[in-house]
Amino acid sequence: MSKPKLGIYWCASCGGCEETVVDLAEDILGVVEKVDIVLWPVAMDFKYEDLRAMEDKSLFATLLNGAIRSTEQEEMAHLLRRKSQYLIAYGSCAVTGGIPGLANQFPREQILKYVYEETPSTVNEKKIRPQLKFEESGREVHLPGLWNVVRSLDQVVDVDFYVPGCPPTPNITREAVNALLSGKLPPKGSVLCPDKALCDECARKDSKPTNVAFVEFKRPHQQLLDPAKCFLAQGVVCMGPATRSGCGAQCTSGNMPCTGCFGGTSRVRDQGAKILSSLCANIEAKDEAGINKALEGIPDPVGTFYRYGLAKSLLRRRVDLPA
Amino acid sequence: MNSNREELRIGFYVCHCGHNIAATVDCAEVARYVGTLPHVALSREYKYMCSDPGQELIQQDIREHKLNRVVVASCSPLLHEHTFRGATEAGGLNPFYFHMVNIREHNSWVHTDRKEATEKAKALAQAAIERVAHHKALEVKRVKIHADVLVVGGGIAGIHAAMTMANAGKKVYLVEREPTIGGHMAKFDKTFPTLDCAACILTPKMSEVGNHPNITLWTYSEVTKVDGYVGNYKVTVKHKPRYIVEDACVGCMECIDACVYKTPKFEDEFNEGLGKRKPVFIPFPQATPQVVIIDPETCLNLKTGKCKKTCVEACADRMAIDFTQQETFDEIEVGTMIVATGFKTFDAKRVPAYGYGVYPNVYTALEVERLVNASGPTGGEVITRDGRHPKSIGIIHCVGSRDKKTNVWCSRVCCMYSMKLALLLKEHTGAEIYNFYIDIRTPGKGYEEFYNKLLDEGVHFIRGRVGEVTDWAMTPEEEGKLTIRVEDTLAGYVRRIPVDMVVLATGLEPQQDAQDVRRLFNLSCGGEGWFLERHPKLAPVSTFTDGIFIAGGCQGPRDIPDTVAQAGAAAAECLALIDKGYVEQEPNTAFVLAEECSGCKSCIPLCPYTAIAFDESSKVAVINEALCKGCGTCVASCPSGSIVQNLFEDDEVFSEIKGVLAYD
Amino acid sequence: MTKDWKPRIVAFFCNWCTYTAADLAGVSRLKYASNVRVIRLMCSGRVDPQFILEALTHGADGVLIGGCHPFDCHYVEGNYKMLRRFQLLKRLLADMGIEDQRVRLEWISAAEGDKVKRVINDLTQQIQALGPLGFPSKVADWDREMTELEHHVTATAAGVCACGESEMAAAKPEVAHV
Repeated sequence: MSKPKLGIYWCASCGGCEETVVDLAEDILGVVEKVDIVLWPVAMDFKYEDLRAMEDKSLFATLLNGAIRSTEQEEMAHLLRRKSQYLIAYGSCAVTGGIPGLANQFPREQILKYVYEETPSTVNEKKIRPQLKFEESGREVHLPGLWNVVRSLDQVVDVDFYVPGCPPTPNITREAVNALLSGKLPPKGSVLCPDKALCDECARKDSKPTNVAFVEFKRPHQQLLDPAKCFLAQGVVCMGPATRSGCGAQCTSGNMPCTGCFGGTSRVRDQGAKILSSLCANIEAKDEAGINKALEGIPDPVGTFYRYGLAKSLLRRRVDLPA
Repeated sequence: MNSNREELRIGFYVCHCGHNIAATVDCAEVARYVGTLPHVALSREYKYMCSDPGQELIQQDIREHKLNRVVVASCSPLLHEHTFRGATEAGGLNPFYFHMVNIREHNSWVHTDRKEATEKAKALAQAAIERVAHHKALEVKRVKIHADVLVVGGGIAGIHAAMTMANAGKKVYLVEREPTIGGHMAKFDKTFPTLDCAACILTPKMSEVGNHPNITLWTYSEVTKVDGYVGNYKVTVKHKPRYIVEDACVGCMECIDACVYKTPKFEDEFNEGLGKRKPVFIPFPQATPQVVIIDPETCLNLKTGKCKKTCVEACADRMAIDFTQQETFDEIEVGTMIVATGFKTFDAKRVPAYGYGVYPNVYTALEVERLVNASGPTGGEVITRDGRHPKSIGIIHCVGSRDKKTNVWCSRVCCMYSMKLALLLKEHTGAEIYNFYIDIRTPGKGYEEFYNKLLDEGVHFIRGRVGEVTDWAMTPEEEGKLTIRVEDTLAGYVRRIPVDMVVLATGLEPQQDAQDVRRLFNLSCGGEGWFLERHPKLAPVSTFTDGIFIAGGCQGPRDIPDTVAQAGAAAAECLALIDKGYVEQEPNTAFVLAEECSGCKSCIPLCPYTAIAFDESSKVAVINEALCKGCGTCVASCPSGSIVQNLFEDDEVFSEIKGVLAYD
Repeated sequence: MTKDWKPRIVAFFCNWCTYTAADLAGVSRLKYASNVRVIRLMCSGRVDPQFILEALTHGADGVLIGGCHPFDCHYVEGNYKMLRRFQLLKRLLADMGIEDQRVRLEWISAAEGDKVKRVINDLTQQIQALGPLGFPSKVADWDREMTELEHHVTATAAGVCACGESEMAAAKPEVAHV
């Protein structure tokens, strides 16, 4: 009997998720022993036609990372959905839109203009931008179109399971693959990692007092960070209380606060709103001026609380942007 | 029974409330629309849902149509939620499978457009239908009621309430901040309309309070802290030092005679400053307790430490004087409380045109009460500040009442006490008495008759708001007098009436510190500062805090009969709670999902009742249900959604949001 | 905006002050705009920012939160907790393109029936002037760019690649991404 076929694909992502697969190190051999990786464009040669030629559902599972932003990504999402028994949203971008999702605060034109004309390193006097179609020497080259909206994978196609993280850790990746192979799966739509918040596994948990009252909020670069003390007790915004655990609290172990990449728990509809609620309620001041003073330390609430989750948040996108 | 798993069968009822709802909301259309919604097994309209047949209908339908959820669209849940929960329970369901929609107070009474009101009713009903699907069976908690009662304020309201409950065998703490109980009533000379002497009817009650075995009387004391909840309040009472050992003082007043100040020298508060007292004094002869007090502001020894302490000598081996006394505190446990902290009189200086504080012969009504009183500063002789016997007296009504510049409300008692004073002044002086009034308001038993009597006695009544009181004489007969300038709106011209004495019928106001008291007891206040009753008609002595009742002038201006009636009502409410022995508490408390909590401790400092603790062994938050009052603040603030509030679960609120917006 | 559009406002009123005030407005037969749908919570401290976002994304044009005045909270200081959340939430909403006037926090005591009327009328007017927020229809508009492609992909099954080739894709996004 042939081994189950596994696909790994990337859409709007940075490649970090692929790196996790590599980070499995020797363990990848264990994975390869059990499955055939038949599709992995970052590592193996691949043609669209090969995929199209496959039978529907012939892939046992596909780990798809990256948000959906272009026509090509969307088409691949549909195609992989058709070809896979299990489609796994792998990594924050696929699960909740990730960092690319922050683009939902801006109109597409502004982004393109900035990228192709205005970044400090850009030299583009003729203001040339890539075209969808380009003809030269009788040959036609096509490029995918860029959508207005960045989407999570499940906003485009049906998703079976979610493996969050920016990137997901090798551990939860291995556990996810094992769960798939063993067939011991939670209900469809589950996130394959613990449903408790990060504090549960954070080494700094005990150092948090029970009477935190925020006088100010600081960003990590604004002070020397105590290597052992709860970040919130130091006045530094940490998304840990509102973020799923499962990563092994790697950031807080590395003396950086949690930025929320695992997303909210299953009991929460909007991770950003929840951490906002919790942090603000614990501010010390009782008058508007005092409250606002404390909140000066959070200059960009969207970027802070929705760093990985804007596309999948309740608001999704700046409401006044064009369709 | 877990009804969440069985098929949902919702019964919906829309109430006409006679015409109250049906006149504005198309009830038939609401019933029709709701009938089309998923899971609605039946949808009815009915004239009066709260009536017995209305409630019977719910019970019958639950049985016959196997309903497992009930929604009633009618009045405010604050009014009838209890009724319908009862009907739901009587029908065999858990009462919390019921939800109520407010389409009267929030809809038919505030809107006029029938179409809009009907649409709103549909949206609100749909929200309830969506919400009720998430409801869970809950159990009502019973909380034992501590049988002891605290009464705050020792005026006639507090006295009457305390006596009523003490006579019923309950242990009562009566806390009064002044050195004696009696309140305003103790200062009055006579009471209208019967003219019985205030002291004669009040002081026996005062001494009864002082001697009652069931009453712990703490004067010169204040409540400083209130913790807990209905049935189980913990109250801290501060006793201010009176420099007298109350138990040792026998009220012989020999210390007063012996004081180094041979004559009274200091302003006598009880007599509204019209008389003098010594630093050691007793507020008035019948003061309860019969214990003297030393005023640290004026006592030579307390001020300078240099005094012969003749008072101590006089007290001799009774040793009741203790200059080292400090504030002390008592912590008591009570189940219920009555707040009867009274009112203050309007500061007449706020109407400068009437010259109070400028012309010595302008008096407030309360000053005149002392002036005509036999035990008052003049022994009942009406003699003005400049030593004259007035031949003519003007009484100006509505000073600080019914006036947009000061207080808009009618103080209710001023018409009657002005007429009472008119009669007393006439008796004492034989002077001509002029009443200047806007309207004469006499809504009480025997009040209008009293007014008629005054008219018969030849007291003058001039209708018009007085423009000013002046000593600037324009005619010889105004020389040396105070002239009252007023537009006589019945005669139709402006008059100048020279008098020897002016009495200002000052209105009633909330106590200066009403806001602090309100916060202390967690009461609500109207815009003016009067304590707010739970319902003006149906719960007139209840407050929004269970187990705390209000009585007397702290709730609004009222006369003695009304105050006493209200005090009796408040006492009866306390007794009802105590004798029942327990209260049922809304099961809207919050609980932590221990399996899900990450132990982030964000919720712990948010609870004002310290109901949330961090369990060091399991490393998660734990809510003490007995301390939780169900505000839900921790629920909204839990960053991982691991706290749930009964009756207000996230899904219940989310479905309500979805529901109100589902209908266009 | 349709001519007969009426603002839809979801209100979260605390049980002790603002809900009671709204009852009082009713008992006093004050008349006000019918656009507000009140959801009763025990305390303004129970207002989870998620509720506000949920209301806006489900089609509310505005949200009103009513609590007890400062110092007056039935639960001591739930109202401050809401005020603190509200201060940051306002900024967050502004960053997401939602006008400041759409979400309002008001302290209304149990005695202020007239304030319920004033605030509701005022807010209704303000939102009427702003026009609909129309979140659900905007999301539908946003997603149209996708559904078309989805149809295309399904229609061409194993056919040509739509990446840049389809007429639809060429017609809409005029600039491509490398």
